[in-house]
Amino acid sequence: MKLVIERREITSALIRFSTPIASIGIALFVAGFLLLASGVSPLAAYKEIIIEALGSIYGLSETLVKTTPLIFTGLGVSLAFRMQIWNIGAEGQLYVGAMGATWVALFSGIQNHWVMMTAMFFAAFFCGGLWAGVAGFLRARWRVNEVIVTLLMNYIAILWVDYLIYGPWKDPKGFNFPLTAQFSDTARLAEYFDTRMHSGFFLALFCALVLYLFIERTVWGYEIKVIGSNQKAAQYAGMNTGMAIFFVLFLSGAIAGVAGFSEVAGLQHRLQHGLSPGYGYTAIIIAWLAKRSAIGVVIVSFLMGVLLVGGDSLQLLWQLPVAFVYAFQGLILFFLLASDFFIIYRVKLIRGSINV
Amino acid sequence: MTDILQIENIRKTFPGVIALDDVSFSVARGEIHTLLGENGAGKSTLMNVLTGLYHPDRGQIRMAGEKIHFTSPRDSLACGIGMVHQHFMLVPAHSVFENILLALDNVPNFYSRKTYKEKIQKLIDEFNLDLDLNTPVWKLSIGAQQWIELIKLLMRDCQLLILDEPTAVLTPQETERLFNVLRKLKKQEKSIIFISHKMREVMEISDRVTILKKGRSLATLARGDFDESKLASLMIGKDKVPQWQKALQMSDEIVLDIQGLSVRNERGLSDLDDFNLELKKGEILGIAGVAGNGQKALAEVLTGLKNASHGRIMAGQKDITKSNARYSYIAGIAHIPEDRKAIGIAPDMSIDENLIMKSFKSGSFRSWIFQNKKAIRRNAEEKIEQFAIKTGPDGTPVRYLSGGNIQKVIIARELSEQPAVLVALYPTRGLDIGSAGYVHKVIADGADRGMSTILIAEDLDELLKLSDRIAVMFRGKLIGYVNPRKTTREEIGLMMSGETPGDAA
Amino acid sequence: MFEILLDATVRAGTPILFATLGAIINERAGIINLGIEGLMLIGALAGFSGTYWSGSLLVGVLAAFCASFIAGSIHALITVQLRGNQIVSGLAMTMFGVGITALFGKGMVGLTIDGFKRVAIPGLSQLPIIGKAFFNQDMLIYFSFVLVFLIWFFFYHTLWGLGVRSVGENPAAADTCGFSVSRYRFFAVTIGSGFVGIGGAYLSLASTPMWIENMSAGRGWIAVALVIFAGWSSPRAMLGAYLFGGITAMQLRFQAMGTTISAHILQMLPYFFTILVLVISTQRLQKGASQQPEGLGLPYDREDRK
Repeated sequence: MKLVIERREITSALIRFSTPIASIGIALFVAGFLLLASGVSPLAAYKEIIIEALGSIYGLSETLVKTTPLIFTGLGVSLAFRMQIWNIGAEGQLYVGAMGATWVALFSGIQNHWVMMTAMFFAAFFCGGLWAGVAGFLRARWRVNEVIVTLLMNYIAILWVDYLIYGPWKDPKGFNFPLTAQFSDTARLAEYFDTRMHSGFFLALFCALVLYLFIERTVWGYEIKVIGSNQKAAQYAGMNTGMAIFFVLFLSGAIAGVAGFSEVAGLQHRLQHGLSPGYGYTAIIIAWLAKRSAIGVVIVSFLMGVLLVGGDSLQLLWQLPVAFVYAFQGLILFFLLASDFFIIYRVKLIRGSINV
Repeated sequence: MTDILQIENIRKTFPGVIALDDVSFSVARGEIHTLLGENGAGKSTLMNVLTGLYHPDRGQIRMAGEKIHFTSPRDSLACGIGMVHQHFMLVPAHSVFENILLALDNVPNFYSRKTYKEKIQKLIDEFNLDLDLNTPVWKLSIGAQQWIELIKLLMRDCQLLILDEPTAVLTPQETERLFNVLRKLKKQEKSIIFISHKMREVMEISDRVTILKKGRSLATLARGDFDESKLASLMIGKDKVPQWQKALQMSDEIVLDIQGLSVRNERGLSDLDDFNLELKKGEILGIAGVAGNGQKALAEVLTGLKNASHGRIMAGQKDITKSNARYSYIAGIAHIPEDRKAIGIAPDMSIDENLIMKSFKSGSFRSWIFQNKKAIRRNAEEKIEQFAIKTGPDGTPVRYLSGGNIQKVIIARELSEQPAVLVALYPTRGLDIGSAGYVHKVIADGADRGMSTILIAEDLDELLKLSDRIAVMFRGKLIGYVNPRKTTREEIGLMMSGETPGDAA
Repeated sequence: MFEILLDATVRAGTPILFATLGAIINERAGIINLGIEGLMLIGALAGFSGTYWSGSLLVGVLAAFCASFIAGSIHALITVQLRGNQIVSGLAMTMFGVGITALFGKGMVGLTIDGFKRVAIPGLSQLPIIGKAFFNQDMLIYFSFVLVFLIWFFFYHTLWGLGVRSVGENPAAADTCGFSVSRYRFFAVTIGSGFVGIGGAYLSLASTPMWIENMSAGRGWIAVALVIFAGWSSPRAMLGAYLFGGITAMQLRFQAMGTTISAHILQMLPYFFTILVLVISTQRLQKGASQQPEGLGLPYDREDRK
C-alpha cells in the first residue's frame, strides 16, 4: 500500500467550493480546543457569537458596522493580489486615511455637508494611496520587497496617529484621553434606524461594484490581469509594469484609506487611539478567501464581521482577549492553505505494489 | 555481451496524456545505445522514470538482471544509473567543488575538503579537462558545466550513464571531444544511453538505436542495420509536414543596422560586446552560435526588453536604441521569445485575451476605457482558423494548450500587425515535426511578403535550410557571415568556437 | 557614555539577532517565513512560562525553542509538504502567534521571575570600550555569539549545510543528487523557527523579565528585513542586528534624557531605518553584491517540471 499524490486535471466546482467551507469548519473545531483550554465551552461560545451577531436587528446592524471597513480594506488588498502584489499595510493605510479625513473635518472650516464629505473622502483616498504608494514606488523603482515595507509602515502610521492624538490634535476638553475633538454634524455620515449603521456601508458596496467593473471590463483591468498572470510576459508585450505596480498599490491603499474615512465620519466621529482592531490584517484573509472576486470580498467580509462582533461579546462575557480572534483567523488561513493542496492535487491510496 | 539494463512494458500517464505506452528495450555492458525520437516522443519521460523522478504506472525495470523499483532519484543512483540532464542539475551559485561534492555518496557530515578535492582533481586530470574546482558554476561556459555533470557521475562510479541531448549546447569540435570521452568510457565497460535527434551524431557514435514514437518503442536496430534515411523515416513516420517553397530573395535595402552594440548582464559581464549586424529587407538571417553566446541578449535588446550600454540600433531611419518594448513594437519589430511559457503568454488567461496582449490599447479592441469583448472574440476566431490552433472550450486558460499550439498563439499575435522585422529565438525548440514545419512555413511566407527575419536557432540543419545568410556569434561578438549554400558545417563549427574565417584557413 | 550605549545596543540587538539567524536558516533552504513575529511571541511566552513553572532559565529557553519548533512545523508542513503559499502561511503564523499568546498569556501578565544575570568573562570583560558591552553580558548573549559561528560553520563546512543551501538554490539538483528536499526544508524551517523562539525568550527572560502581550512589537518584521541586509550570512546578521540595537538604544537614551521630541516620533525610528536599510540592501542585491537563494519562495514538486 502506498500513497500517491498527483495533480488534478480539472478541479470540480464541488471541490472548489466545499474545501474552503470545510477548512473553516475544521478551524472552528480546532479553535474549540483553544477555547476549552481557556475554560470556555466552545459550543456556548459559538452559540453566543451567532446570537450576538445575527440574532437581533441591533446585532445585525453591529455586524454591518464591522463589515464596512472590512469590505474597503478587503477590496484594497484583493486588488493588489490580482497583480501578485502583497499589500499587508491596509491597517496603516486605514489609519492615515482616517488622519487625512480628520484633518479636513477639524481644520478645513468647510460648512457645506456634501462639500465636506467629498473633501474628507478624497483626503482619506489620497493619504491612504500615497502611504501605500511609497511601497509601490520602492517596489517599482528598486524592486524592494513590498510585504516588509507595507507592514513596517503600519507601525509608523499608528505611531503617527498616536503622536497627533497625544499631542497637537488632542481634545483640550477630553480629560487628557488620547482623542481629538468630536466632529461637527457637517462632517458626519448619515446613520440609520437608530443604530450605529451608517452610509459608509453603502459606499463600500458601491466601491465593490466599481472595482468589479474596473477589473473585468476596462483596458486597465486587463493590463492588471496580464501582469498578475505573468509579469515577464506583460513587459514583453510592452506594458509599463513599474507604473502599473505603483498605480495598483496606490489604488489599493487609497481604498483602504477610505475605510479610515468611513470609520471616523460614520462611526467614531473623532480620531482616537485603537481606531481599528486590526481590520487591515483581517483584510488579508478576506482577500485570500475571496480569491479574485469583488462579490466574494463582500460576502467574506460579512462572515468576518460576524466573527468580530461575536469576538467582542466573548470578551465581555468570558474576558477572552480581543486578540483571540487573530488566533482563530490564523487557524482559518492555515486550513485554507492546506485545503488548496487538495484542490490542486489528488491523493490516492494504492493497494499492492506498483508493478502490474 | 550481457545486458545491464532491461526495460519491459513501461507505461506512464499524466493527467490527460499517455506519455509512455508499452516501452521496452535493453542496454548491454559497454554499449552506446541511442534513443531517437522527436520532441514529445517520450524520451525525457522515459529517462525520468529511469532516474527515479517519475513512477511508472506499469511495467518493470531490471538492472543487471535484478528487478528494481525506484521511489526516488537516490535509489536510481544507488543502482549505478546516472544522468546528465538537458537542463543541468547544477547550483549556479555554488563552486564546482560543492556541486560535485553534493553528488557523492557516503560523504561524512564533517568532510575533509582537502581529501575530496584531491580525489576529484585526479579524475579531472585523467580525462584532461580544464576545470578549476573553486570557480562558481555560473562563471563557466555551458560546455564546461556539462563536464561537471559528467564528472559527478564518474565520481560515483555509475555503470549506466544517460546523456540527454548533450550535444545541443556544444560546438561540433566540443562534440567530438565529448565523443572521445564516451569511447574511452565504453572501453571501461560502462554503458551509455545517448539521446539525440541529430542524425549525423547518431550515425557516428551508436552501437544500437531504439526509436521512440508517440510514447512507444518502435524498433531497435544494431549498427549496420540502419542508415540515416531509414532512421528518419521511422522517426517521422507518416506525419504530415507542411510543404513550402522559398524564393531566394534579398534586396539591398537595410531594415536594421546594429553598430557596436554592447549589453551587460546582471552579473556585470558582457552579453554582447561590440556587436555589429545588418539585416536586409525580406531576408531570413540565421544566427548560429552555441547557446549562451549572447543570442538572448541580442533578441532582448532588439525588442526593447533590455537596454544597451553602448552602440546604436537603427530601424530604417529611426534610432530605436533607447526605446522600451512598446515603442520598438511600433517601430515594427515582432518577437518570438525563447522561453515561450515563461515570457510569451499570460498562462491563466484565455486565448482571446492572449492574442490581444500587444494590441489591447488599439482602437479596434476598445471603446473609451472599456474593452470591446466582441471584437476580441472575433479576432480570436479569425486567428484560430488562420493558424489552425487547436483549443479547448472557450475561455480555456492557454496553459492547457500543447507547446506547439502555444507557439502558434504567440506567432499569430506577433505577426498580426504585419511587422517589418521578426526576431525568432529557437522558434521550433520542443515542437514536433509537424508544428516545426508549420513555423518554418510561416517564416518563409513572411519573407515573401517582405518581412525580414532574424532566426536564432541551435540546429544547424534548420539554419542551413531556411536562411538566406548565416551570421555566426561567439562570446557576444559577430564572427562573420557565411552563405548557407556554399559553407560547410566545419567552417561554421570553427567560427562558433571563435575562429574568424581567416584564421581557419 | 559610549560604553553604556554600546552595552544597550548589544542587549537590544540580541533578540533581533536570534530572529534573523532563524529566518536565515529558513530562507537558505528556500522557504520564506513571514511568521517570525508570531514565532517570537510564542517563544517569549513559552520561555517565560517555562521559567516561571520550573524556576530554571534553561528550561525556559528550551521551552521557547520547542514551542517555536512545533509552531514552525505548521509552517513547514503547509509550505513544504503541502506546497502552500509561503507568504500567506507566514502571515497566518504571525496572526496565530499574536492571538494564541494573548489567549494563553492572560494569566501570566503581571507575574515576575528572576531573569538572566550578567556574567563577566574574566580577562575579556576588562578590554577597553568593547569589553563591558560584549563580555559582561548574560549567557544568552554569549550563546548568540556561538550560534553565529556555528551557523556559518554549518553552512560552509558540513554536508548537511551544503544540502540546506542546495535545496534552497536548486531543489531539483539536490533531489537528483539524492538529497530529500522535503526533509531538508522541513527541518530548516522548524529549527530556524526554534532559534527565532529563543529570540522571543530573550525579551521575556532577559530584556524585561516578564510577559507583556505583543511584546515583540515588530522586531520580527525588522528581522525579516535584516535577512536581506545580511545577504543570508550569519556574521552580517550580527552587524545588522546591532545596528538596530544601536538605533533602539539611542532612541531610549533620548527619551531618558527627556528631550522635547515626542516619544511616538522616536519610536518610529527603528521602522523607518529598517525600510531605509531594506532599500539600500535591495539595491546591493541587484548589483550582484550578494545572492538571494534562487529557489526562495518556490515550492518544489518533483513531477512538475518543464
